[in-house]
Amino acid sequence: MTQGLITRARICAGGRSTPARRVEDTMSLSRKDMLGIRDLSREEIVLILDTAESFKEISDRTIKKVPTLRGKTVITLFFEASTRTRTSFEIAAKRLSADTINISASASSVVKGETLIDTARNLESMHPDIIVIRHSAAGAAHILAGLLEQSIINAGDGAHEHPTQALLDMLTIREKKGKIEGLRVAIVGDIAHSRVARSNIYGLTKMGAQVVVCGPAMMIPRDIERMGVTVRRTMNDAIRDADVVMMLRMQLERQQENLFPSLREYAQQFSLNRDNIKRAKDDVIVMHPGPINRGVEITPEIADGPHSVILEQVTNGVAVRMALLYLLSGGSK
Amino acid sequence: MEKKKVVMDAEGIERSLTRMAHEILERNKGTDNLIIIGIRKGGVSLGERLCEKISAIEGTEVMSGSLDITLHRDDVLTTGKRPPIGKTYIPFPLDHKKVVLVDDVLFTGRTIRAAMDALMDFGRPERIQLAVLIDRGHRELPIRADFIGGTLPSSLWENISVNMTDDRSMDEVVIEEG
Repeated sequence: MTQGLITRARICAGGRSTPARRVEDTMSLSRKDMLGIRDLSREEIVLILDTAESFKEISDRTIKKVPTLRGKTVITLFFEASTRTRTSFEIAAKRLSADTINISASASSVVKGETLIDTARNLESMHPDIIVIRHSAAGAAHILAGLLEQSIINAGDGAHEHPTQALLDMLTIREKKGKIEGLRVAIVGDIAHSRVARSNIYGLTKMGAQVVVCGPAMMIPRDIERMGVTVRRTMNDAIRDADVVMMLRMQLERQQENLFPSLREYAQQFSLNRDNIKRAKDDVIVMHPGPINRGVEITPEIADGPHSVILEQVTNGVAVRMALLYLLSGGSK
Repeated sequence: MEKKKVVMDAEGIERSLTRMAHEILERNKGTDNLIIIGIRKGGVSLGERLCEKISAIEGTEVMSGSLDITLHRDDVLTTGKRPPIGKTYIPFPLDHKKVVLVDDVLFTGRTIRAAMDALMDFGRPERIQLAVLIDRGHRELPIRADFIGGTLPSSLWENISVNMTDDRSMDEVVIEEG
């Protein structure tokens, strides 16, 4: 269809105008897989966020479904525990009318000793279109991407990357603050073992934010500054004047590795509470990828308080995953 | 070598829209339950103009919205690039409403098929009518417009664009060889 070249979207009664920063007519995502934020350009990130923003409205409809991915099959292959991410991918795929099959390690042939590659080859023979994988080994999604024709989406690989989490975080930040560039973002917790931190650092620095990281010394990688971030030793320094504070889940299983003395001591030094949050900007937003350990990295009053956008992150997760499933589907790769 | 010809100027568009606004009111016997929905992107500003005219004629405020049909297109996954997704803005249920869909150019009819499918997810409208500024023929589906600004027989290789400007003085419909 022909379309007006200079038309402008505006609604006459009770309407609102669409933002002018969209890159919609100039960009497309021409890649087979979504393995990490590190590979993405700033323009690709903006395209995904813009697309997700449009997809959000579908989840508010009475009939929360569009026919776009009819006849496509999405397999979620989870070798690690997950509620949020797996459910979010499944809902996203279903709202686009794709068929979804969920496989978790405990209920699959993995317990019978099948290797990742054999599992993947067998799934491929059933002709799915997209495979979403979470695995405890860094690079697992890359291995599948190199091996299979299908589009692979990394839903978390070891301590490496968790791209969809970073994208939904960036969508939430952009929605709340109107921009990402120039914002001061503090990421607090176990930076060394966090794929969420890594993906967010790649994404946020690409988008022009100033990222500060903070956590126990044993949990800060030595060369982290090379990623373009600043290290702060104390919570107070880290969150001073922050626009965004992103708390990471304390991975309780790390305590056995003696990376920090005790949970109580960790909470005393690195939890976000009503006292130290005062050092951040008045309109600071508090984020957490979930699941939260109440009273460890974040006090309940902050997690449930007015600055918290934790549940909005979850809502945005569905929109971001719909956008990715759409952008990676069909056509030329 | 591109030949470009203006087939409707700003005044012509304005007069057509005024006539269409009156026709819409006549057919629907006023503005009760009337909703104007522009199809992104070309139909949105036209829908907005029609909405203003209708509201001015009747002295009532008519609700309007915009609809992005990309996700309902029948070629959405078969074209090379994934088409961009625009925002749909229909913050009200369409049950029992008389919906006037607005688009700039009616061509194959596939956009309108997609739009009708999309609308059904917002409720069960009492009826859906179609208003277009230009009907250029070449239908591939059994679809026709209820309100037409102008009919413009065209060749398949010609390109018709409706250009709407903010101050309205440079509005035009142009036909050019592709």
